[in-house]
Amino acid sequence: MKNKKVLKNLAQLKIGESGVIDSFTDKDMALKLLEMGCTPGETVTLDRIAPMGDPIAIMVAGYLLSLRKEEASTVLVSMINPN
Amino acid sequence: MELNSAFVNFSEKSSLKIALVGNPNSGKSTLFNALTGLHQKTGNFPGVTVDKKTGFTKLSAQLTAEIVDLPGTYSLYPKSLDESVTFEVLCNPENHNHPDITIVVADASNLKRNLFLVSQIIDLKIPVILALNMIDLVEKDGIIIDTVRLSERLGVKVVAISARKKDGIEELRSALLQPLPVPQLDFIDVNKIAGEVIAKIKSVIKLNSDFVAFQTISNFSQIHYLDNHANKREKIGEIIKNSGADVNKLQTLESVERYKVINRMVAECVTHKSAVQDETFTHKLDGILTHKIFGFAIFLIILFFLFQTIFFLAAIPMGWIENFFVFISEFASRTLPPGELTNLLVNGILAGLSGVVVFVPQIALLFAFIAVLEDTGYMARVSFIMDKLMRRFGLNGRSVIPLVSGVACAVPAIMSTRTISSWKERIITIMVTPLMSCSARLPVYTLIISLVVPKEKTLGFFNYQGLILMCLYLVGFIAAMGAAYVFKVILRAKEKSYFIMELPVYRSPQWKTVSIAITDKVKVFLFDAGKIIVAISVILWFLSSHAPGNRIETIEKKYATTEMVSKYNATELKAKISSEKLESSYAGVIGKWIEPAIAPLGFDWKIGIALVTSFAAREVFVGTMATIYSAGNTDNSTTIRDKMHSKVNETTGMPSFSMAVCFSLLIFYAFAMQCVSTMAVVYRETKSWKWPLFQFLYMGTLAYLASFMVYHFLK
Repeated sequence: MKNKKVLKNLAQLKIGESGVIDSFTDKDMALKLLEMGCTPGETVTLDRIAPMGDPIAIMVAGYLLSLRKEEASTVLVSMINPN
Repeated sequence: MELNSAFVNFSEKSSLKIALVGNPNSGKSTLFNALTGLHQKTGNFPGVTVDKKTGFTKLSAQLTAEIVDLPGTYSLYPKSLDESVTFEVLCNPENHNHPDITIVVADASNLKRNLFLVSQIIDLKIPVILALNMIDLVEKDGIIIDTVRLSERLGVKVVAISARKKDGIEELRSALLQPLPVPQLDFIDVNKIAGEVIAKIKSVIKLNSDFVAFQTISNFSQIHYLDNHANKREKIGEIIKNSGADVNKLQTLESVERYKVINRMVAECVTHKSAVQDETFTHKLDGILTHKIFGFAIFLIILFFLFQTIFFLAAIPMGWIENFFVFISEFASRTLPPGELTNLLVNGILAGLSGVVVFVPQIALLFAFIAVLEDTGYMARVSFIMDKLMRRFGLNGRSVIPLVSGVACAVPAIMSTRTISSWKERIITIMVTPLMSCSARLPVYTLIISLVVPKEKTLGFFNYQGLILMCLYLVGFIAAMGAAYVFKVILRAKEKSYFIMELPVYRSPQWKTVSIAITDKVKVFLFDAGKIIVAISVILWFLSSHAPGNRIETIEKKYATTEMVSKYNATELKAKISSEKLESSYAGVIGKWIEPAIAPLGFDWKIGIALVTSFAAREVFVGTMATIYSAGNTDNSTTIRDKMHSKVNETTGMPSFSMAVCFSLLIFYAFAMQCVSTMAVVYRETKSWKWPLFQFLYMGTLAYLASFMVYHFLK
């Protein structure tokens, strides 16, 4: 049996934290994110948060992608380095 | 052997159509510029508002290729207007722009995501060359891409290039002349996802690729290859409907499947020499440019320079252009025989042309600025730091540039909204930008303020006149944001809008890209919007210089009598004649005709005339006032002011320019859309008269209501 995964949504990551994309909660958003390379199994790292707290920028598939928190919250990630 | 059918060879043909496709930021436009140089033109894709950039390049002595730069896209799922153009051109062999060869430009430093689009295009089974761009950056980062292997695995020719450094461009050119493999292998087998429906579609129509059938299921409303086969279209529509296919699920499965293959392929073809990627430069720079304090401070400084450039720097060449036209006009009126035709040429056409060409310095400078901001990757950061603030008003982070530019002039500002990819946010930006107080309003503001606002200072250092002027700029800005908010609520979006956007690595700007951006914008403005502006200035000239019946002759006769000639000196006489002529002209007739409508705002027919004539450009108000009050020398604003000051309204018996009237007029000029050039540009940018007319009406209504309130409050 697998260990129980710790799932967070992408908007909950702290700067520098990484996660592995697990699933999506919004179908349309999922499609857009998939074409941008955010596929299940891909590792994402929160690179920075905009000065006013939103949007955020993540490192995925070797490039920097920015998205709003609202959009990021539809992505569920399993934590790589849970403290 | 089957081999022959899998190759196409265009080297013997005399014409060749090539399409360039790729992700945004893949360097597609740089490659387009490198291939075509200055042999480019901007046109239109039929039926849509998307600009079509076409260029030509000579491949051999007898073969010149036509290259179309298709809008950048991340996939062949059309989600925006731009993307549906790319989708349609590539998927419909009957489309006028369907290419013989498709060059897919992929950013090698971002291979996985770029291969997604590549894989979809390969599955269309059309002749493809993969141009693996930015190969120099990849090598610098210690990454090796096995292009031979990649080419084998993809089944298409792969050419490694660096469009910026012009490396590999010759190889790409010669690759176009060699026999080209047509992809035979499916990148992914879509039959695994929707085999049954695909088989049914293929029983109705013969298709080269199963992926086209798959796309037909998931994008049926956007499919045009069936347009000429109405009954087949109907049958296929039936099949898709009956299958109950979940489009979203199909595309999700497709994407996941594609990335699985891509991941395997990248693992096979890419080796990292050094473990750590060198992202530090961009990362460090982002630390400053998106910093809480420095980020905004730097953006403010950039806006300050931008404003200085288009407001003050552009004023120098604009002065030259105006002087040049004054010189030509004077020369023409001196040398040509006096008469109707000369009059039309000088006061109608030349004046109109001058009104068009005078915008060129502002447009050129603004677009030089924007091209640099885009090309370096900074513009994406502007969106990033400004998004939260602007989105509340239905605007985009990038709307800041047009809004600030609008303080100089709405014409280049509206043209610069192109960088906003969301349709709704772009339309809102276009709609509200003219509410920002532009430089053409300044002479009107100055004149009217000087009529009623004392020159004294308050609190020792605040100048009243300056304070009022500042308030007018503020009122314009608040109105723009307020209107944006209203539009956000009432406008329905044509397409779903995402913020999801790449933050590209920082690069140094390329001067070729900048110069092409400038020439492109200037050309579009001169030829597309210029026509309308000249036409309307000719109409306005006619209205203000012609009168019904023989009124003009009567006036001339009246002042030709010895009594009149002895009463006034030559200058006075001339001024009196022009004043009376303008009053009896069609513009005068309209001015008097609209008087009942504008009387509630405190305006008389004289102001009515100025409202008509200043539709060409707001600053014309000053000249018209000078003519109406026969101030003679239009350059001397003191005389105009004094004349206006002493006038009494014939109906109310009050001063024509009381406090109430003046403030009402100021507010009217702050809000009303009195600029034919802006309307022409809005038409050009939205490709529809609906938007400029709507803008005219809403701004007019706003101006009317606000002026009405101001007048009645102060009266």
